[in-house]
Amino acid sequence: MALRVAALEQLLTDKGYCDPDTIDRLVELYETRVGPHHGASVVAEAWSDAAFRERLLANASGAMAGLGISGMQGENMVVVENTPGVHNVVVCTLCSCYPWPVLGLPPRWYKSEPYRARVVREPRTVLAEMGCDVADDVEIRVWDSSADLRYMVLPQRPAGSDELTREELAGLVTRDGMIGVAMV
Amino acid sequence: MDGIHDMGGMMGFGAVAREADEPLFHEDWEKVAFGILLQVSGRVGFSDDHLRAHIERIPPLAYLEASYYERWTRALESYLEERGLLSPDAVEACLANMAVPARPGGGRGTTLDDIEEAVAKGASTRRDGAGTPARFRPGDRVRVLNEHPWHHTRAPRYTRGRIGEIVSDHGVFVYPDTHARDLGECPEHCYTVAFRARELWGADAAASDLVNVDLYDSYLEAVDTSA
Repeated sequence: MALRVAALEQLLTDKGYCDPDTIDRLVELYETRVGPHHGASVVAEAWSDAAFRERLLANASGAMAGLGISGMQGENMVVVENTPGVHNVVVCTLCSCYPWPVLGLPPRWYKSEPYRARVVREPRTVLAEMGCDVADDVEIRVWDSSADLRYMVLPQRPAGSDELTREELAGLVTRDGMIGVAMV
Repeated sequence: MDGIHDMGGMMGFGAVAREADEPLFHEDWEKVAFGILLQVSGRVGFSDDHLRAHIERIPPLAYLEASYYERWTRALESYLEERGLLSPDAVEACLANMAVPARPGGGRGTTLDDIEEAVAKGASTRRDGAGTPARFRPGDRVRVLNEHPWHHTRAPRYTRGRIGEIVSDHGVFVYPDTHARDLGECPEHCYTVAFRARELWGADAAASDLVNVDLYDSYLEAVDTSA
């Protein structure tokens, strides 16, 4: 594959369709600037500011744009909120749709056959295998990103976090918690 | 298309394997493949709908063996060849002349800030004010049509013929089934439809659980609740 991609880059650069510097900066952008820390800051804001949380749940892309977070593969975001009675988990069974502006590029397991095939059919088993135990009396809502909406989970605020700053709160939030395969 | 990509609900794939301290890219060529796709797509009309449609045409065994970025690359090549923008002979000739992977020289001097700004704009497929009127409202019961087209579609196989409830109407979006075939954007409403897990998977599923799926207006028909 390495040779084939190199040949493609050469041919497409010759045709003027792409440019090696732009390739390198795109990679650098996702390696250094865009990632789950964006999602964590959105979650921390929602935990700290009730009005922001309301706006986020009503119009996620609009609320996130107010924090300077927007872009490719997150143009139309939906945020779903975990509560004591509901646990949400996100998947894309048809391909690997993922909210890039808030979580960065997806990990391999999210794109893998086992996750895509199983989490819609047996979410409780998959979540338990991944170390995320959901009580029997909690409803699970799976979100299959089958169109152009992109989903992020707003985890429950951990008990005993009342005194924490936004930065400290953001530090508690994990990528997997925002996909819904881990508790925060 | 009822292809291997449409894997929601399939059995036998085993456990989900997570990788500790996973890097963003596993191989250098993946970075190049990622960067090529992101910047070429806009210039040659290779939308996400085209990308998905071409990935879905990869034969099932090859699909399962290919990594994510390999699928992307195969789909891009297939699209460029279909459009006459890249000849298979040129790829073979270039490969024959390349002993080890090499990057082209030169470059336009693009800066990280330029890229960040362009990526932040995104490219929404929302088409407010366009398209056909919504046929359904939140609360309506709907059935997913039992259609199995050969072309690209975004109604997962596990929803076909199943009954769910409209949870929300997200507004009007480009319709992938026509757009991927160059038959126009044909924008229409896209809804979240909630299916009871037992409606999809039978009595083994938890009674409380829901699977929410985003479905376009054309995929749905009203369920007569008066009967």
